[in-house]
Amino acid sequence: MTDMPHPKAKTSSLSKTVLRWLLYIILCLFALYYLMPLFVMLTTSLKSLEEIRTGSLISLPRDITFDAWKTAWSGACTGIQCEGLRPYFWNSIQLAIPAVLISTLIGALNGYVVAQWRFKGANLIFSMMLFGCFIPFQVVLLPMARMLGLMGVAGTIPGLIFVHVIYGIGFTTLFFRNYYVTIPHELVKAAKVDGAGFFRIFWSIFLPLSLPIVVVTVIWQFTQIWNDFLFGVSFSQAGTQPVTVALNNIVNSTTGVKEYNVDMAAAIIAALPTLLVYVVAGKYFIRGLTAGSVKG
Amino acid sequence: MTEWLERHVPKMVLAPSFVAILIFVYGFIAWTAWVSLTRSRLLPRYDIEGFIQYERLFASPRWDTAMNNLFIFGALFIIVSMFLGLMIAIFLDQKIRAEGILRTIYLYPMALSLIVTGTAWKWILNPGLGIEAVIKGWGFESFEFNWLVDPNMAIYTVVIAGVWQASGFVMALFLAGLRSVDQEIIKAAQVDGIPTHRIYSAIIIPSMAPIFLSAFIVLSHLAIKSFDLVIALTGGGPGYATDLPATYMYAMAFSRGDIGQAASSAMIMMMVVFAIVVPYLYSELRAKND
Amino acid sequence: MAPILNIQNLYKSYGSVEILKDINVTIEPGDFLVLVGPSGCGKSTLLNCIAGLEPITGGSIDIGGQDMTHVSPKDRNIAMVFQSYALYPTMSVAKNITFGMKVRGVNATMQAEKLAEVAKQLQIEPLLQRRPAQLSGGQRQRVAMGRALVRDPKLFLFDEPLSNLDAKLRVEMRTEMKKLHQKLNASIVYVTHDQIEAMTLATKIVVMKGGVIQQIGTPSEIYNKPANLFVADFMGSPAMNLIPARVHKDASGSRIEIEREDGQSLVLNDAHHTNLPEDVIIGLRPEDIAEAGYRQGDDVQSAVCLVDVVEPAGADTYVVSKLGGKEVTARLHAETNATPGGNLTFAFDLAKVSYFAPKTGERLN
Repeated sequence: MTDMPHPKAKTSSLSKTVLRWLLYIILCLFALYYLMPLFVMLTTSLKSLEEIRTGSLISLPRDITFDAWKTAWSGACTGIQCEGLRPYFWNSIQLAIPAVLISTLIGALNGYVVAQWRFKGANLIFSMMLFGCFIPFQVVLLPMARMLGLMGVAGTIPGLIFVHVIYGIGFTTLFFRNYYVTIPHELVKAAKVDGAGFFRIFWSIFLPLSLPIVVVTVIWQFTQIWNDFLFGVSFSQAGTQPVTVALNNIVNSTTGVKEYNVDMAAAIIAALPTLLVYVVAGKYFIRGLTAGSVKG
Repeated sequence: MTEWLERHVPKMVLAPSFVAILIFVYGFIAWTAWVSLTRSRLLPRYDIEGFIQYERLFASPRWDTAMNNLFIFGALFIIVSMFLGLMIAIFLDQKIRAEGILRTIYLYPMALSLIVTGTAWKWILNPGLGIEAVIKGWGFESFEFNWLVDPNMAIYTVVIAGVWQASGFVMALFLAGLRSVDQEIIKAAQVDGIPTHRIYSAIIIPSMAPIFLSAFIVLSHLAIKSFDLVIALTGGGPGYATDLPATYMYAMAFSRGDIGQAASSAMIMMMVVFAIVVPYLYSELRAKND
Repeated sequence: MAPILNIQNLYKSYGSVEILKDINVTIEPGDFLVLVGPSGCGKSTLLNCIAGLEPITGGSIDIGGQDMTHVSPKDRNIAMVFQSYALYPTMSVAKNITFGMKVRGVNATMQAEKLAEVAKQLQIEPLLQRRPAQLSGGQRQRVAMGRALVRDPKLFLFDEPLSNLDAKLRVEMRTEMKKLHQKLNASIVYVTHDQIEAMTLATKIVVMKGGVIQQIGTPSEIYNKPANLFVADFMGSPAMNLIPARVHKDASGSRIEIEREDGQSLVLNDAHHTNLPEDVIIGLRPEDIAEAGYRQGDDVQSAVCLVDVVEPAGADTYVVSKLGGKEVTARLHAETNATPGGNLTFAFDLAKVSYFAPKTGERLN
């Protein structure tokens, strides 16, 4: 083969360049589309109410002010109380951390059993758990409300933790099972011959191997629980509400003037933890998303 | 004794979860199913009266709207998200330079709470100061975009926000699918001189059928469970114009004090989900066992 | 002295599927027993049963004179090396080797002593602080061996330990394994699907198929007197020639008639075997068919055959001819001038001939 310029080569390389440019332009337009709401939220939160009323949605703020952020954090009204998002943000943290840790630990043990210690019926149990991931939670809302009442934890944070753990087990088990089935079963056999038992093998051999899937599971569970609204709004009461419920109350509170800048600041505050996780550990976040859906 | 313990430890570890699932999933479904057959109102009653709640449900214009909305929202949400997701995935698959950054941008909405998404779009779409005002400000004085407050159009704003949230995720699914196609087949096609768009339409996309299926399952599942988004964006309004089964159920359960209606609507939701998910799960589990 | 391992009437089934049927095996101290057979024959399951990793459905297993049928693996006084080596990925080589001792509560000085001893023996001292992922296949194999050796068990179990190595390394490790066995005088049960490995390593071979033992014997018994057609075909490479033939009896013994490609018959006379049935399958190893003039002996008989294929293999040349409707391979000297399509006079050495019944496949002589 020689490098003789083909007559058609020139035009096709030209059209190729044009096509590539077009491609980049389209992709950037999409990027703008996805970024626009975040941009609008951010700029709006930094404007004064006056500027919002007179200016344009998409213009940059003339004078940057953090008043709206302050109000959103510690002064905005959620119905009758006007303490801002702060107490509810704290509720969400108190709720999410134990719920994430407990459901991840249970999922790890369950996944370990289902993947490496199969017994008769283990697969059936796993299938039943998987099914549990797919039910619309509306179908358990009413009995759960009564059950929490019977258990004496209705409207409390421990009650919400309990609910999130119960309905998180299906997914966490799925994650760990799918990870542990890829580990050769001979490892368990070798450890058994070495004299180790069920928990020793889990602790000394499987857990040290599990860092990637623990990260995926923790991120998945954290995102799910932090962003949850249905359980939060159904099973909490004034004072124990998670941040998503409080945000919705701030936005929909009818008292006083509509403060769009405060709404936006509150929305960003509520979104910040999960956004942060996404930015820091996006790779694991995506892995969880695809694992949770493709294999589910 | 220790022998016995050793042999049964795995079962004992799984047992609490199994019991929990049995009670809190299957038991609760049974409870809801039972109550949906009674005359329960503010408090549950347990004597079965037949299908009266379902008759009331199907006679209710509000439920009718909710189901219609679910159909419109679900169909558009799934189709548009899939289309956008696939398109962006194919574009991104062309050895794009800044792929990592672009992918991060397309996918971040999935990390947000639907309440946040709803709040943001409620602001953007509000007729007084939002997009409408922006376009008017550019000189198109007659431009009107008041879907958010138009009972006939409000459901489409839910679609807009939903697609914004989920399409990046569909993109990630499809991109993973595109990347997992056997590269040798693609090379063989290139050597055969088949143009790129034909390679996609004839070889790559057909081989991704399972991904289409799982994207469809996930999206339909999201659509049926959609609750937060409607609450934050429209609150179900104007009037009942954007009610979905999920918001209907919630209203009946917690503000109307009509447990019978709440239970029967929840059962219908579950049946819709199962009609879609069960065949899929069944085939997945069977394929895994083979 | 009691046998190291005594398996009696062992049965194993999963649900209604019988995996192992009536297995009886005994080995003496210092025996190197190789379980060999095609994949799915149950040899690995049998090994797992011996280890206690799989419960058995019936029968008994004694190890070192004690009934171990229902004892858990850790108390059976065994050590096991796995096909994938099963090294604990997050532990260093040293920790891999000492993990068992640690679990058993052996004190640290003792652990260190044992580790040093084994590391020296296997020449893996420089590797002790590495992780398994940083080792080559051969090194991993050694570490797996080390983990077994350090236990100093009554019985070693090996599950296809060489099958993940490349061909050259496999041969090296085979030799090393044999040396180790001789040096330690260890008792070993070794599973492989590679019949050459079985022949070279074993003091005793068990050939299995479909969960049933086909033959137990020394390598030379298995090779020279296969108990049935399966063993004859499975052991040896190239495989034993198995040629359908008709037997005519007369005063001097049996006349074995084999059909040739051209419709004529080739006749061999066997004076030693007089009670053969009319139809047999005659089994001859490739090395028992030579070129006429290159093999002497009382039982050598010549016949002319048509040569189909000539395959020079360096030290030998394999010549394929068609007899009795089967391709028959003869192992000739390297300088043969056999040509494809030409005729050649073969010398059939009946000293080591095997006869099988065509219907049952059982050995007749």
